[in-house]
Amino acid sequence: MKKKLYVARSPRIAARMLGEEMLVMSGQGSTLFTLNPTATILWQAADGATPLDEIVERRICSEFEVKPEEALRDAEALAEDLAKHGILLISEEPIASHAVVQEQHRP
Amino acid sequence: MPGLATQIERYSVVIAIGGVPVRVNTTDGGFLEILQKRYAGFVCAKPHAEFEFDVDLAPPAFANPDADVSVTHRSGRWFMERGDFRAEWNPAARRGSIHQTANPYSIDAVLRIVHTLVLAGQGGFLLHSASAIRNGRAFLFAGISGAGKTTIARLAPADATLLTDEISYVRKEDDRYVAFGTPFTGELAKLGENTSAPVTALYLLAQGAGNRVEPVAAADAGRELLSNVLFFAEDQEMVQQVFQGACDFVQRVPVYRLTFMPDARVWEMIQ
Repeated sequence: MKKKLYVARSPRIAARMLGEEMLVMSGQGSTLFTLNPTATILWQAADGATPLDEIVERRICSEFEVKPEEALRDAEALAEDLAKHGILLISEEPIASHAVVQEQHRP
Repeated sequence: MPGLATQIERYSVVIAIGGVPVRVNTTDGGFLEILQKRYAGFVCAKPHAEFEFDVDLAPPAFANPDADVSVTHRSGRWFMERGDFRAEWNPAARRGSIHQTANPYSIDAVLRIVHTLVLAGQGGFLLHSASAIRNGRAFLFAGISGAGKTTIARLAPADATLLTDEISYVRKEDDRYVAFGTPFTGELAKLGENTSAPVTALYLLAQGAGNRVEPVAAADAGRELLSNVLFFAEDQEMVQQVFQGACDFVQRVPVYRLTFMPDARVWEMIQ
């Protein structure tokens, strides 16, 4: 049986929703990223406690017309890509809440 | 019998940029004159200073202007280094030191770095932009080199007060942003006026065949603002502060793209 994956927002980045877009800046090198809608949903749901397959089922499949298996494969690839850039943390165990950055919600 | 100890003269000048007085101490009278000339209009007569730096002058061979700038934070102190200077600053003690040759450019860079660090903690920033005050309101004109900062400054009407044609000083004060004049000059080589006013708008410059103003979406404004903010430190906390400060700014201050041709009529659109 395939192990569950957990994803968490990296504490080493800064992020803010501006208009309809999520901007993310990594602490190292001050690189600025713009997340697409799917990546934004994944980012917002990445609390370190909810397994990735549940995030996909609840947040992504409900938003986009896509099969769960296909959506999960895409989400895993996306999560790995975001992890390579230091934006997300991935683990086969739940990730402690102190390691998760709080998303900024400001007017 | 003559005294064995030689008394060393100590000279000081207080340079107040953005209303933040910084005392610079040197034992070289010639260097003091360089500073007084370089920062004319920003030299402050007040004895109080927020921060103090001792300058230790090095022989000319010290300089290597090709090296990159490095700003790091260790044990509560900031370390700043470029080919032509080495400096450190302890914010808690409000003191620092600069090792450089007798030139105005090295200390200029140190002061810019120190001000970016101070401003970041307050939600402000130094910005690659021209800025000017008109009718009591400040306008910022941001862009990379060649975008038209000096041109827009040169075209400013007589009733506009130029704050800078190169690097703007923006401080957050309560719920508003205030732009201050700076001595940091571009091609115009003219020091800004040492005055300030609330920021009314940020214009992102683009040169074109005509003059037009278009609103810029928040995310685009944030991206472009961040690309023009002066920022040197590779420090996690500083990155957070600068990023959140820029995002706050574009959510509070209108941002427009100003496409213009080199014609004074462009200023009729600035309001």
